[in-house]
Amino acid sequence: MNNIATMLLQRISLGLLTLFIVSLIIFLGVSMLPGDAAQAILGQAATPDTVAALRKQLGLDLPAHLRYINWLGGILQGDFGTSIGNGREISEVIGIRFANTIFLAAFAACISIPLSLLLGILAALYRNSIYDRTVNVVTLSSISTPEFFVAYILILFVSVKAGWFPSLSNIQGETGFLERLNKTFLPAVTLTLVSVAYMMRMTRAAIINLLSQSYIEMATLKGIRNPRIIIRHALPNAWAPIVNVIVLNLAYLIVGVVVVEVVFVYPGLGQLLVDAVQRRDMPVVQACCLIFAVTYVTLNLIADILSILTNPRLLHPK
Amino acid sequence: MSSDTPTSNEILLEVSGLKIEGYSEGRWHQIVKGVDFTLRRGEILGLIGESGAGKSTIGVAAMGYAKPGCRISAGSVRFDGIELTTASEEQKRQLRGARIAYVAQSAAASFNPAHKLIDQFSETVVQHGIGSREQAYADAKALYAKIRMPEPDLIGFRYPHQVSGGQLQRAMTAMALSCRPDLIIFDEPTTALDVTTQIEVLATIKDIVRQFNTAAIYITHDLAVVAQMADRIKVLRYGESVEESETRQMLDDPQQDYTKSLWAVRSFRKTEKPPLPETVPLLHIENVTASYARSLDPVLIDIDFEIHRRETVAIVGESGSGKSTTARVITGLLSPSQGRVVFDGVELPADYRNRSRAQLQQVQMIYQMADTAINPHQRIRDIIGRPLSFYLNMEGEAKKRRLRELMEMIELDPDQYLDRYPEELSGGQKQRICIARAIAAEPKLIICDEVTSALDQLVAEGILRLLDRLQQELDLAYMFITHDLATVKAIADRVVVMLQGRIVEQGAKEEIFSPPHHEYTELLLSSVPEMDPDWMQRVIEERRSKSGMESAGN
Repeated sequence: MNNIATMLLQRISLGLLTLFIVSLIIFLGVSMLPGDAAQAILGQAATPDTVAALRKQLGLDLPAHLRYINWLGGILQGDFGTSIGNGREISEVIGIRFANTIFLAAFAACISIPLSLLLGILAALYRNSIYDRTVNVVTLSSISTPEFFVAYILILFVSVKAGWFPSLSNIQGETGFLERLNKTFLPAVTLTLVSVAYMMRMTRAAIINLLSQSYIEMATLKGIRNPRIIIRHALPNAWAPIVNVIVLNLAYLIVGVVVVEVVFVYPGLGQLLVDAVQRRDMPVVQACCLIFAVTYVTLNLIADILSILTNPRLLHPK
Repeated sequence: MSSDTPTSNEILLEVSGLKIEGYSEGRWHQIVKGVDFTLRRGEILGLIGESGAGKSTIGVAAMGYAKPGCRISAGSVRFDGIELTTASEEQKRQLRGARIAYVAQSAAASFNPAHKLIDQFSETVVQHGIGSREQAYADAKALYAKIRMPEPDLIGFRYPHQVSGGQLQRAMTAMALSCRPDLIIFDEPTTALDVTTQIEVLATIKDIVRQFNTAAIYITHDLAVVAQMADRIKVLRYGESVEESETRQMLDDPQQDYTKSLWAVRSFRKTEKPPLPETVPLLHIENVTASYARSLDPVLIDIDFEIHRRETVAIVGESGSGKSTTARVITGLLSPSQGRVVFDGVELPADYRNRSRAQLQQVQMIYQMADTAINPHQRIRDIIGRPLSFYLNMEGEAKKRRLRELMEMIELDPDQYLDRYPEELSGGQKQRICIARAIAAEPKLIICDEVTSALDQLVAEGILRLLDRLQQELDLAYMFITHDLATVKAIADRVVVMLQGRIVEQGAKEEIFSPPHHEYTELLLSSVPEMDPDWMQRVIEERRSKSGMESAGN
């Protein structure tokens, strides 16, 4: 077990290092943009004196490294600062938005992960059959279509023409769970359509890759049925690559949803980010970027750890 | 040993006119060209032949199975009245594992790494509806005990990578027995094992097959092994049957020239020649201790031996004994933590990166797998030409002339082979190319790491003869790493026996091979199968009576 502990510790410290570097890049990137928050708040008409006074009040006159330390120190205590746009606590605004984004991602994941595993396993079992080819063509087509286009197609047919699901996902704090599901159904399906292909194809490839192994031939010669060979003998050894691509897709579902959120007017983190960029609300932009980065790094870390943990040689040392 | 075998006359398996085709380069090639044999209940048939003879293909065809890319194109395989070539997949599936079982060459690759041994054992039983998981567990433990696995009640709960190679191979034999099949196909089950382990596995297989009166097809390229195992032997070549007869008759009186040539293989002995006048040893490994990482236990402990000019020193030992690691220390790939390597009176820097080109030139290597040791995208001309330009700055006409000389030295026609790619050559020819590349550098010492173990016996003998002749002509010294004691007898002047990173015994070949032996050398020597069909029985009985005496003495 010692071995695994060391390995996990290594991965976690690497993850923390990555986050530190990312936070630096975000901070430097934002502070290199022309103009600053004080200017933005007071507008073009402000006198240099008032701008300077506000800068002092916001701490913008301090040297960059001090501002970075203040910013990072605040975040570590859960304080993301205040929004310039409306003066509210950023952590408060982001909290609700982030929860919404996670809700949508979880919804999409609940559809897409089981679906793609199932499709992938079946494709491996009936490889090179009509079924296999059809699934490949369909998923590849849906992944090759831009997500906003998929979204509009869905809105046109499922919402406007058929009227089954609403085209706007404008949920609020008091929206009930079932209604939430109903309202977020179309964005979740959009996300599923654009992410299933990766996971399904990786599942199929990872399993087929193993079918030339001696232990698969052995299972055949033991008289084991084909479905059982795939599920019992191939799948447990294929987890590492599959888990990796699943987690990467989860990261995409959380971080990459900006366009889908905008199309469906869904109050998630992505839309908050777009709004903040338009309003030059830098503290909010920084906070959103950092949260996306943390999510991405954490999920990748989980993928790493899971693929270590699914290796029987590491899990059951001599 | 047909005399003591309770074979009935009932025919269990009848193969006739079996033809199998393999698909390559866009068309079907015949790889098995009409083979017939029959097998009675409780009988063991040995299938023997060199690589490419179609042994394994025929073996699995007896289960109605064709390997990927192969198909049974003609003939009949009748198992207990069922015609397997026309049976449905479901019919065959019901037979496989339950009535015909398979034991593969590499147990390490054929056990699923993700499941415990006992679960892989019970799977066959449960899936064929023969018994419950609990019954299978109990049976597995009983079988493990019967084949004398350590801790039979617990060992099944380990994962494949947690037990040794020999134990794994025995566990696979137990697994094949899980449904008490009528027929087991053994496909080179001991080829990947050390000799000391091999004899135990062979004894297990023989015991168990006799006890349950199971019929078996035993596939191997090793004549001495098949002599121990089979009632009858069938010799195969290029997918055709050469001859077939009772084991003793086949050993004493082979009819066909090809069989006689197989039987005669082990006759080669190196040329004896006067030793060169003694000066400083060519290579002296002085008290070397080495490990792969500072934190790990050393893999070599206090290794000390010499190699003299025009001498062949054989390093023998089981896998993991440190033979190849010693070669890595000599070539500078692994720096020792203690001790030094002295070449021709001069200490070599521990790391090859600090050695001069002239120092590197002195020691060359030939590897076990010629396939992976040469670049498949280079022509033979470039493969052998590289050391010429790298070490000797040879270019142009001189290089062309030298290339032709080298090809003639390894007995390959330069006009025909120089511009070919490795994949157009056979395994033995590729190994010759590796030899040419080594001697092209004009070294004083060549390290040969298991150079014949991937080759058929006839081809391997050709390689040994070539190496012997080159030694005479070029005054080369060889360090010969091998686990094959027949090769050692054929080619060595001196022998170093290694066990677990230490040298347990070293000396002239005659000394090592004549008693009294060191205890481990004794074990090693007595484990090498002999062509006598009674050999295994004798050795096992001797060992048991000896260990019986020891335990009585204690």
